Amino acid sequence: MAEPLLRVENLKTQFFTDAGTVRAVDGISFEVHEGEIVGLVGESGAGKSVASMSLLRLIESPGEIVGGEITYKGETIFGLEEGPDGDLQRRDDMLSNEEMRTRIRGNEIAVIFQDPMESLNPVFTVGGQLREFIELNRDLAKREAKREAIRMLREVGIPDPEQRYEEYPHQFSGGMRQRVLIAMALACEPSLIIADEPTTALDVTVEGQIIELVDDLQEKYGTSFIWVTHDMGVVAEICDRVNVMYLGEIVEQAPVDDLFHATKHPYTNALLNSMPRPDRTVEELDPIEGVMPEAISPPSGCRFHPRCPDAREVCQRVHPEAKVVDQADGHSHRAACVKHDVFDAGYDESVPLEAEPQVTAGTPGGGEDR
Amino acid sequence: MAIGESQLDGDGGPSEDVEAQFGWRYTFGKVMQDTTARWGLYVVAFVLFVSAYTMVDSNLSRLTFGAVSDFAMAEALPIFDHPERIPPPGEIEGNVPPAFHVDGTLSHPLGTDPDGRDYFTRIVYGAQVSVSVGIVSTLIGFVGGTIVGAVSGFYGGRVDDVLMRLVETVYAIPPLILIIVFTVFISGGTPDITYAIIGVGITFIPVFARIIRSEVLSVREMDYIEAAKASGVKNRNIIRRHVIPNSFAPVLVYATLQIGVTILIVAGLSFLGFGAQPPTPDWGQMLNVSHGYMHSNVWLSIWPGMAILVTIMGFNLFGDGLQDALDPRTND
Repeated sequence: MAEPLLRVENLKTQFFTDAGTVRAVDGISFEVHEGEIVGLVGESGAGKSVASMSLLRLIESPGEIVGGEITYKGETIFGLEEGPDGDLQRRDDMLSNEEMRTRIRGNEIAVIFQDPMESLNPVFTVGGQLREFIELNRDLAKREAKREAIRMLREVGIPDPEQRYEEYPHQFSGGMRQRVLIAMALACEPSLIIADEPTTALDVTVEGQIIELVDDLQEKYGTSFIWVTHDMGVVAEICDRVNVMYLGEIVEQAPVDDLFHATKHPYTNALLNSMPRPDRTVEELDPIEGVMPEAISPPSGCRFHPRCPDAREVCQRVHPEAKVVDQADGHSHRAACVKHDVFDAGYDESVPLEAEPQVTAGTPGGGEDR
Repeated sequence: MAIGESQLDGDGGPSEDVEAQFGWRYTFGKVMQDTTARWGLYVVAFVLFVSAYTMVDSNLSRLTFGAVSDFAMAEALPIFDHPERIPPPGEIEGNVPPAFHVDGTLSHPLGTDPDGRDYFTRIVYGAQVSVSVGIVSTLIGFVGGTIVGAVSGFYGGRVDDVLMRLVETVYAIPPLILIIVFTVFISGGTPDITYAIIGVGITFIPVFARIIRSEVLSVREMDYIEAAKASGVKNRNIIRRHVIPNSFAPVLVYATLQIGVTILIVAGLSFLGFGAQPPTPDWGQMLNVSHGYMHSNVWLSIWPGMAILVTIMGFNLFGDGLQDALDPRTND
């Protein structure tokens, strides 16, 4: 396999709050290859958005990337090394803030945000914003940038782009605005686009159109995507490979077909069972019990064990790292669950846990600081 | 597309697609629907017209049917300094009452001052001083406050702490004292209207900074700011293109009200002797001179007082109307 476009290794992002350290992202590793759509799935507060913002080094105080390595096209976006005094310090070959801003953000890695209603400046025309963005990042003259902007608007399927160019965001529907944002993301022909729940705020028919559009454009431009979502349906439709996140960790990593048909982690299983599927008829949907604990004080052992139907005594003690449990067409299938033999933690001999009543106090989803 | 007057972008950037979110034509319509605001706007327009006119036309005689003497003109307008127009002594008569008075004369509609200068001409030219004072010093406060407030709110943290503590320090001092100190300090002891304008402008920077900052605090959390950061836009450009245009509507309203306040303050300064100096025809300065004649010729105090009152009322009524028009809660 060729060198991946983006490689994330053991990334840790934490928020230092008065109540304690929130481990929003706690040691995730994944790769994105060229022309691939990689899903990042999980409940609210699993750390998906924080993980994707970490890739651009856009974590604001009190948050900080505290560990791991991010490599993009052979360049180090983030990396630490041990300094002479034994403390960890930023590596010299890490891109400077200036380089991140001018070369990486927008030009190499673009972002499509969740809420198309809020992601456009209401004061300026849609065309003006798109044109200015192109002008700044691609060094084109105003006239050319305008032509390019109109071309991009046509490209993302906005009818009558010359006229819509002059209109303001409030004159666009949600789906149309999301198209504009996609146009903006594609405008500089980045190699990687991070789509942070781009269809969550849209209704289902529009969502379908947008996904179709992204699929077409992805084929045409060969752009890689990191698709952040909590919707397994979208994942099935669009992603090549999927990372399932739970409480700051990746619990399962697999090609999309394997994830759905040869699920290796109870959490993924529970997620799949909790949503309606056209290929299965069930009397009643099976939601995951309880709420996700806060990332400020994660449960001991496996973080999912308090909610896991397969939990045994050993799960309280052993914290599993994701390990390769299967191979499928050149991609490994990783899962972080001790019930697989590779972990050799004595799962089979362990006593199953009694289903405890769930403690649902506290604020659910408190980990998702943005 | 954008209506000409709505160009927010001062430094040569793209401006034809720049329009504030509220839509100028719509806002104007709202203001005109409100009777008091409409009258405020009429007054403002009238005062602006008069002061603009006096800047273009230095000879008011055609306004007063040729009645205003050359002397009145020359003395009323030191800026145009026409010494040759000053008539020989003896031809002038001081303290002439207004035209409707039994002793009045039509050639001096509002009478003359103790030096024999036509009071009408001086009042009219006073508009020029007052309006430029109001607008220029408000502009200084507005621009300075916008920059300070936007930077402070956007960056937060230590920058915010330092700037806001400075602002609060200025707040703690009575404004009039501060203005006098500033004015005297800048002028180095020779008071002049220019220094008064700058002093007032600086004093009001904190007020504007506070308003802008509170707006910026909410605007900076918007997704389009994050989107701009994620696409590698410089912080400076984010402030200029995204933060300020989205936070300035309430400040605009405040600035309109502030113009009236500034005119009043500069009039007060001139009255105290720190503003316009004789013979500049400034309403406040005219009040200063006339208060010595309160018993012999009360009209000398009434005319400039009325002028100040009407102008400020105009700006305030207009500002109130603008506020209502821009407030989303009153929009239907």
